[in-house]
Amino acid sequence: MRWLWVLLLLIPSFATAYEASPLAANPQAEARLKALAVELRCLVCQNQTLADSNAPLAEDLRREVREMIAKDLTDKEIIDFLVSRYGDFVLYRPPWKLTTTLLWVGPFLLLGVGAIGLVFALRRRQKKMTDVTLSEAEHNRVTQLLSEGARRP
Amino acid sequence: MIPEIGHYALILALCVAVVQGVLPIYGAAVRNSSLMAVAKPAARGQFLLVLTAFCCLGYAFAVKDFSVLYVAATSNSQLPLHYRLAAIWGAHEGSLLLWMFILSIWMVAVSFFSTHLPEAMRARILGVMGLVSVGFLLFMLTVSNPFERLIPAALDGRDLNPLLQDPGMVIHPPMLYMGYVGFSVAFSFAIAALLGGTLDAAWARWSRPWTTVAWCFMTVGVAMGSGWAYYELGWGGWWFWDPVENASFMPWLAGTALMHSLAVTDKRGGFKAWSVLLAIMAFSLSLLGTFLVRSGVLTSVHAFATDPKRGLFILVFLAIVIGGSLVLYAWRAPRVGLGGGFALISREGMLLANNVLLVAALGSVLLGTLYPLFLDALDLGKISVGPPYFDTVFLPLMTPAIFLMGIGPLAQWKQASLPALAIRLRWAFGVSLVTAVVVPWLMGQWTPLVTLGLLMAFWILATIVVDLRERLLQAEGGGSIGGRVALLPRAYWGMVVAHAGVALFIVGVTMVKGFEAEQDVRMNVGETATLGGYTFRFDGTQQVNGPNYVAARGTIHVSQDGKEVTVMYPEKRRYFVQNQTMTEAAIATGLLRDLYVSLGEPLEGGAWSVRLYHKPFIDWIWGGCLVMAAGGILAISDRRYRLAWRRKEATVPVEAQLARPTVT
Amino acid sequence: MNRFLIPFGLFIVVVGFLAVGLTLNPRELPSPLVGKAAPEFSLPQLHDPGKVISSNDLKGKVWLLNFWASWCGGCKDEHPVLIHLAQSGEVPIYGMDYKDQRSEALAWLKEWGNPYQIVAVDEPGRIGINYGVYGVPETYVIDKAGVIRYKQIGPLREDILDKKIMPLVRELQNQ
Repeated sequence: MRWLWVLLLLIPSFATAYEASPLAANPQAEARLKALAVELRCLVCQNQTLADSNAPLAEDLRREVREMIAKDLTDKEIIDFLVSRYGDFVLYRPPWKLTTTLLWVGPFLLLGVGAIGLVFALRRRQKKMTDVTLSEAEHNRVTQLLSEGARRP
Repeated sequence: MIPEIGHYALILALCVAVVQGVLPIYGAAVRNSSLMAVAKPAARGQFLLVLTAFCCLGYAFAVKDFSVLYVAATSNSQLPLHYRLAAIWGAHEGSLLLWMFILSIWMVAVSFFSTHLPEAMRARILGVMGLVSVGFLLFMLTVSNPFERLIPAALDGRDLNPLLQDPGMVIHPPMLYMGYVGFSVAFSFAIAALLGGTLDAAWARWSRPWTTVAWCFMTVGVAMGSGWAYYELGWGGWWFWDPVENASFMPWLAGTALMHSLAVTDKRGGFKAWSVLLAIMAFSLSLLGTFLVRSGVLTSVHAFATDPKRGLFILVFLAIVIGGSLVLYAWRAPRVGLGGGFALISREGMLLANNVLLVAALGSVLLGTLYPLFLDALDLGKISVGPPYFDTVFLPLMTPAIFLMGIGPLAQWKQASLPALAIRLRWAFGVSLVTAVVVPWLMGQWTPLVTLGLLMAFWILATIVVDLRERLLQAEGGGSIGGRVALLPRAYWGMVVAHAGVALFIVGVTMVKGFEAEQDVRMNVGETATLGGYTFRFDGTQQVNGPNYVAARGTIHVSQDGKEVTVMYPEKRRYFVQNQTMTEAAIATGLLRDLYVSLGEPLEGGAWSVRLYHKPFIDWIWGGCLVMAAGGILAISDRRYRLAWRRKEATVPVEAQLARPTVT
Repeated sequence: MNRFLIPFGLFIVVVGFLAVGLTLNPRELPSPLVGKAAPEFSLPQLHDPGKVISSNDLKGKVWLLNFWASWCGGCKDEHPVLIHLAQSGEVPIYGMDYKDQRSEALAWLKEWGNPYQIVAVDEPGRIGINYGVYGVPETYVIDKAGVIRYKQIGPLREDILDKKIMPLVRELQNQ
């Protein structure tokens, strides 16, 4: 198949005049590969995606994925193929599992706890403020000091 | 001889640091002025000693002294002088020396600009910084000595990692370290206040400018790192959510939260304990970043010098410094005063709500970065957490934060009314919504994410306009616009500029994500490819000889509508010493777009595989960061801070402010 | 309970994990294939390309499958260990020449010795992918039923062989 493509390029009348040809034989498939590859991890590299890496294994895996795309496999089938061989480590988007629940829920849990904590803290503050009675003189002095601190030119 | 002087200077610096860390703090506890007075000269002396060591290492690099192990490992006789000097921080040992050098710069700065602080406070601040430097000096002298000799000397060096041979290397690490280490000042202020029990609004006022300066450096440092990765790694990406990137982003988030909570503490005297905790967190995360980068517990694309043994040292140091601070915090914070009251719906309330969002965002970055480690440590399997996770989690946390960013500055202090705010902002919201929907539609491709991004950016800008208009109309007495502008405080302008920077940043991110285009082509000499309205013509490659590499340099003429726009020269370099191939992308930057060309592999007949990118608005990402930093600088040039420098001894007796109801 | 102690508590937990993290190798991946049937292959033999070696031929005995290549540095490190093991004759070792050139692989074995019963040739690296190989050398212990029982990532060492692999092999052989 590839030699045919090379041959086509060699015959000037077949190649579009002076227009560079895409590197990939099938740009649509290549776009799908790219979309998949940015979510997959190159195993031998230092934290690089399969799309970015030039490592030989990454090239092999891209070839493998390209072939699966050509066979019209779904994204899920392709990802399952890789996970069954390399484990969840290849996925940059960790799958939702019991062990990753905290990972996915954590940020929103944190936000919820933070928001509740803030409301709670403000309420309690407000209550404390009214509970503690300062003498008028004391209060004036403190507010004056504080506002001096805040307003000092 | 010179390297030994450097080594000796470090040993002396350690002795001075011990003195600086012990005597002033003890002196402050027993109210002994002469002991406290040790702090200032000790800090300055330490600076001179570390400077000496730094210059000695620089000298060893300059004269190519390959009998120094570190010089031999990170440079080469063919390496140009400026990269030899930048190689000082090209690997682990030297990076630490840079860390230490910058810490001593900050110490000297504190010793000069803290004359207005109470004596005990100043002594404690410098003392805490001294203790931090004890840790780092010990680290260097025990397990990472940059002056270690290599006997017999190497004939030539092993060269600097080619990835680092770039102008970015000269400036990015110092900037980033200025930020990282700068948070040690805010940290020391916080610890000093906890130690002395003088945690008050004055403390917030004093640490605000220091926090802001460190934050500015951090902002520029992180932005430069991102820009460097963009053009040096050759994949056209600008942020990879890599552990090392996250390590710099987390202190930035903490610092951002700290700046905002200090505003509340300064204005209202409230939430001091929270501000102190953030100050501790910002510096802790800087230390954690150092640990993550140096220890190799996580794999990173930017990790250049990792060693688990050194990791252990940093971890112990981290445990002592942060653990100690947090214990001190748990002990002292309950006795901190409450400050003035305010409602949930108020400027203070919104600043704190933004804090919650920023800290949640920080928490998710931390969680995502460390989660693979957690699972592995519990033997629950290995996973990867990458950009898809962070993108998914970050957006819903940042969207409300940005929304609040628009409202906050318009809300009154103490108590604000939501309906009134809604009325004041209805036009801003309407205008930004319509613009956000229409613009992507006009650009030919409408997606919800692009609209959301633009909505956030326009919302910030529109609310700024509303706010400015109201304030300028209200400004008393200033007849002309110029006069009214001058009436608004610089700190306010700083905030406006920094927020506008965020808007520019969002525009950049949104446009790049939404509209970037790329093409992989096989280009024969003379062939053209078209992308984003530009025509790229490949005119072949020629061999170019660099000082320590040989390159194939391609020539690509770019034209638009038949007119030549620019000529680009992407290179594929091979560095001799490490025999490493590097892709040097060619980038034509522009206000509205970047063109990015990188050479792939040579193909038969002089053809090359070439990757072309068209990246609209990408420079706005870094431009936005620079504008943010400029806003920070504008804010600290405000009169009240300048006056604060000049004012000797605080006029407010600090203890008086503690006479508020306390939380127990 | 002092709520100001919460940050300290969280910090202690994180430091604990970081300390454990220091002892772990983030680059070592456990294989999901352990306990599963070894992927099948039928490949030309290195020394006699006309002949085919098939994984089915190896059913009924315990064997080691060693992925190696002449270009791989770690393979040279582990080579004496393999030779030593082959001489003991305790377990047959089959080689998988991974993404390599035939002539270079043959020269390499000639120079350093051949511990393998038969070497299969996986020139495009396909079988490597099926086995989840991500860096040579890697060694698999496969039982009589053709199930992968253990995977060694990186060079074999005598101590790993003595403590982990050989006890496992003996146990499997006795089944």
